[in-house]
Formats: sequence, C-alpha cells, structure tokens
Amino acid sequence: MTAADTKAAGPPLTAADAPQGGPLAKQPPGAGRPKRKKGALLPYLLILPAIVALAAVYAYPLVKTVIMSFQDMGRRELWTGESPPWVGFDQFTNILGDPEFWRVTLRTVVFMAVCVVATMAIGLLISLLMMRLSTWVRLTLTTALIAAWSMPLLVASSIFRWLADSDYGLVNTIIAKFAGDDWLGHNWFLDPVQGFTVIAALVIWGAIPFVVITLYAALTQVPAELEEAAQLDGASAFGVFRFVTWPVIKPVFIMVTTLSVIWDFNVFGQIWLLRGNKPEPDYETLGLYSFSKAFTSTSFSQGTAIALITVLMLSGVAVYYLRQLMKTGEVE
Amino acid sequence: MSASTAPVKEGLRPDRKKTKLGYNVLGLVIAVVMAFPVYWLIISALRPNHEIRSYDQTLWPSSITFDNFARAVKQPNFGTAIQSSLIISITAVVGGMIIATLAALAVGRFRFTGRRALLMVLILVQMLPPTAMLIPIYAQLNAMGGLNEYWGVIVVYLVSTLPFATVMIRGFVVNIPVELEESAMVDGCTRMGAFRRIIFPLLAPGLAASSIFALVNAWNEYLFAYILMNEDSKYTLNVWLMTFTTERGTDYGALMAASTMIALPVVVFFMFIQKKMATGLTSGAVKG
Repeated sequence: MTAADTKAAGPPLTAADAPQGGPLAKQPPGAGRPKRKKGALLPYLLILPAIVALAAVYAYPLVKTVIMSFQDMGRRELWTGESPPWVGFDQFTNILGDPEFWRVTLRTVVFMAVCVVATMAIGLLISLLMMRLSTWVRLTLTTALIAAWSMPLLVASSIFRWLADSDYGLVNTIIAKFAGDDWLGHNWFLDPVQGFTVIAALVIWGAIPFVVITLYAALTQVPAELEEAAQLDGASAFGVFRFVTWPVIKPVFIMVTTLSVIWDFNVFGQIWLLRGNKPEPDYETLGLYSFSKAFTSTSFSQGTAIALITVLMLSGVAVYYLRQLMKTGEVE
Repeated sequence: MSASTAPVKEGLRPDRKKTKLGYNVLGLVIAVVMAFPVYWLIISALRPNHEIRSYDQTLWPSSITFDNFARAVKQPNFGTAIQSSLIISITAVVGGMIIATLAALAVGRFRFTGRRALLMVLILVQMLPPTAMLIPIYAQLNAMGGLNEYWGVIVVYLVSTLPFATVMIRGFVVNIPVELEESAMVDGCTRMGAFRRIIFPLLAPGLAASSIFALVNAWNEYLFAYILMNEDSKYTLNVWLMTFTTERGTDYGALMAASTMIALPVVVFFMFIQKKMATGLTSGAVKG
C-alpha cells in the first residue's frame, strides 16, 4: 500500500523469482532447475483470467468504440446485424463543427471546475477542523460523513430531488419563510444555472466524505513536534499550514484533486436522475450528450465518437494521475 | 492519537478552551448538514402521506406510520427485484474476487515482465467514462442475445470489480511477510499448500473487506442494469426504484420508504468495512 511495504516485499522476490537473466547470473548453478521455470510461468497463469476478462469488457468495447466512430451505425444496423458503412472522419467533422458540441463541452468543463474547487476547498477546511475537535465531536462528524458516503447514488438523488421539489420540497418551504411566499412552487430546474446548483450540491455533498477522510488521514501524518516548533518560533497559523502541514499533505491533495477532476468530468447519474431520466438539452454534459445521441437519436456512431473525444480529453489527466501514483511508489 | 495530545494542548493557554468550543460547535453543525439528507430520507419514509404532500414541510413528523413501507412493498416486482439484485451482485462479486485474488497474488508476490503495465491498465480503465463502454457493450450483447439476460449484467459487474479489487487485495498481499510463506515451503508445503494454509487465512479480512466493497458497488449500480435489462420482471432494486416516478408524478413517501430499505444493508456493510479498512491501513503503517 505504501512505498515502504512494497519495497519490503520486493527484494527477496527479485532474487528468487526474477525470470530475467540479470540477477540469476550471481546465483549458484542450482537456480536453473526446472522448478524455477515453472515459477516464471506461474504469475502469467494467475493473471490470465483477469486479462481475458478485462480484454472482453474494457479493451474490446474500447476498440469497438474506435471502430464504430468511423462507421455510421444506426438502429437498422443494430437490429439486422448488417455491418455499418464506413464513413471515415465524417462523425468527427460533424461533431466538431456542431456549435452544440462546444456548448456542451464548455458546460461540462465549467461544471467540473466549480464542483472540484468547491469539493476540495470545503473538504480541506473540514479535515483541518477535524484535527482540532474533541474526540466525541470528531467521531460524530465521522459517522455523519460515512452515512452520507454510503448512500447509494440513486437514493441520494431521490432525496435531493425531493428536497428541491417545486411543490412539496423543504428547500422552498425554508426559503419562503425568509423571502416571502413567492418561493412556494418555485421550480429549480427551469433555469439551468439554478438546476445545476442543485446538482452541484448533490455532487459536492457526495464527494466530501471521501475527500475529508483521505485528507484527514494525511493530516495525522504531519509530525506534531514540527508544528509546535514552528509555533514556538513565531510562525502564524497560516505560516504553520503553508510551510509545515501543506508539504506533507500535498501529494495526497493532488491525487484526490486529480481523481475529482476525472469523476466530476464524468458526472452522469446525478444529472440524469435529478432530471427524471430524460434530461433537457440544456442539462446535457458530454456523457449525457453521447448517451442521448446513441440511445435517443439512435445514432450509435455519433455517441461513440463523442465518447471517444471525451476519453482523449481525459487521457491527459489520467496520465498525470498515473505519474503521481508512480512518484509515490504506488505502482512499484 | 489526538485524544492523548488534546488535553496537553488545552493546558497550554487559557483561551484554548474557548477556541476548542467554537471548533466543536462548527464540527457539529457540519455533521448535521452532512447527515441531514439521510435524516430526511428516514423521516420522510415514516411520515404520513398528507404531510409529504404539504406546502408546509416540517422538520419533525406529527406521527409515525409504516403506510409508506406497505405501499413500497406492494409496488409490483418488489420480490423479483430483490431476487435479481441478489443473484447479480453475489455472482459477480464471487467470480470477481476469485479472479482478482489470483491476479493480486501474481502482482504482489512475483516480479514479471508486464507487471507494472498490468497495474497501470487496472488504474486507467477505472477512469473511462461509462458511456464509452455502454454503447459498444449494448451493441455487442444485443448481437449475442445477452440483453435482458442476467449473465450480460453479471459479466459487466464482475469485470468492473476487478480493477479496484486487484489493487486492494494486492495491498493486503504485500503486507503478509514473504518469510512466512517461505518457511512453510521449507517445511515441506507445496506452493499451493503454503497459499491455502498460510496466505489465505491471513488474507481473509482483506478479502472480506474487498468483497463487501465490491458488493456495495454492484448493489448500487443502476445505469448498466437500466440499459441492459428492459423486462419489468428482471429489474434490479435500483431500476425498480425508478418505477415510483410515473407520468403523473412521484410517490415520494413510498419512494423514500423503498430507498430506506435499499440503503439500509449498504449503510450497515459500509460501517462494517470502515473498521476493517482502518485495521488494514494501520497494520500497513505498523509494518512500514
């Protein structure tokens, strides 16, 4: 799990099981016995089922996504099983030339940015607060966080849809108490900006527990002596955070931020469910746009082409995440 | 850890106590905000229907009733939905755990060419947007006659548990000292024997945590289930929840009652692994 563990388990194995010639050269001649050869094959046998499964459900569909993006597969081809005609880059030129696509992309990016910034800022503040709480308050807060975390997405979405309901929602009742009865019957989803505010609240509420619990775990790793020494030397609260705490939690913070970027870019269920399984065009993000092209307009090729563009957009973030993981020794 | 340091800090300066009180109040307010939707779920499920369909929502119900639960249970296909959810999640998790354990042993215990590549692939596939998979899988299952069949969804769920399960179980594998296994083999155990007698018992808590995690994920999934299974009688519980919303509106009372029933096992399981996860993480820390 940590770099130390991996390294602790690593070296004895390298000597005994490495299939390559390098380390074996130093070993006594006995190392070449048939038993060792079996050992070299064993790991491949062990990963074979996983590889086959991943190939079937991830690799094959991904290849198929690429292929379908260069074809024109509609409802007819789906039901008759005829192979769809090849259209070259037509799907991509259509999509990239469609202003709707750029509106959707902008909406997705802005929504993602707002959610990530809010989630990380609130999450960091709560985790810092948790360091300063009495034990019983911290346990209460942790329980509340875990209860929120464990809500199934569909259940959480139903609750938020109910809270923001125009006629019988609690949110309208409470606002009306302060701002007048005009707010009774207020429909939050007529204006997409207000609608996305409700959706963002759901996304942020759902993401905070993971962020807080992970950041809090990182904060407990900050040596208390260092913080105290900095305080004694006259550092302000912000100075202690900036120069003592932050460097320790930075790798975890970056990791969680990167994951949030990817998750919030791919937000699908929350929007889909809050809009009653048929989001209006104004509520489409890239995932939903691709979905509605494929399943509502039954142009599967347009859908896969949009999905492919999304994958390419995210691949940069994914590679960055992987590099961070490798830096911390998680992929050793 | 902080429990022991807290009193010392309090003693440092007289104003500490006041600040601490402020922090505690803030902490409790945040706890209330975070837990509120969960509270609202349970309280709405237990509230009489006339209070639910009211313009003046109250934070506390005037009386407690189980009418909503009765309506939820009577909703068509409740029984078959439980059955579908159980069949699909359990089969997928059991299959997924076997394959993931094998792969985790290989990745955690052996150094072989392609090991790092496999780990990278496992991490990367988790970042693919669901729609990139959904459309081709839908088309493929349609061609193979796998739509509306349990096995189609089971295969998808099984494989989607593999990436994190493999990485997670590998974390537990590397924490088992390799010397234990080696000494068993010196004492005459075969590699399989060493696995069965030494590794597996030590791995059991990790496997339990990973399978519960996978089970919760499979139980909560709705998108693939919704697209790949169109027959009412094969709906999983999550898709069945959607039937409470009709053209005429949503029966929120029954929906909240049904949601409570579906979320309850998840919350219980989650509390359970939370402890296991903490143990797993601390054991790792002690060893390092």
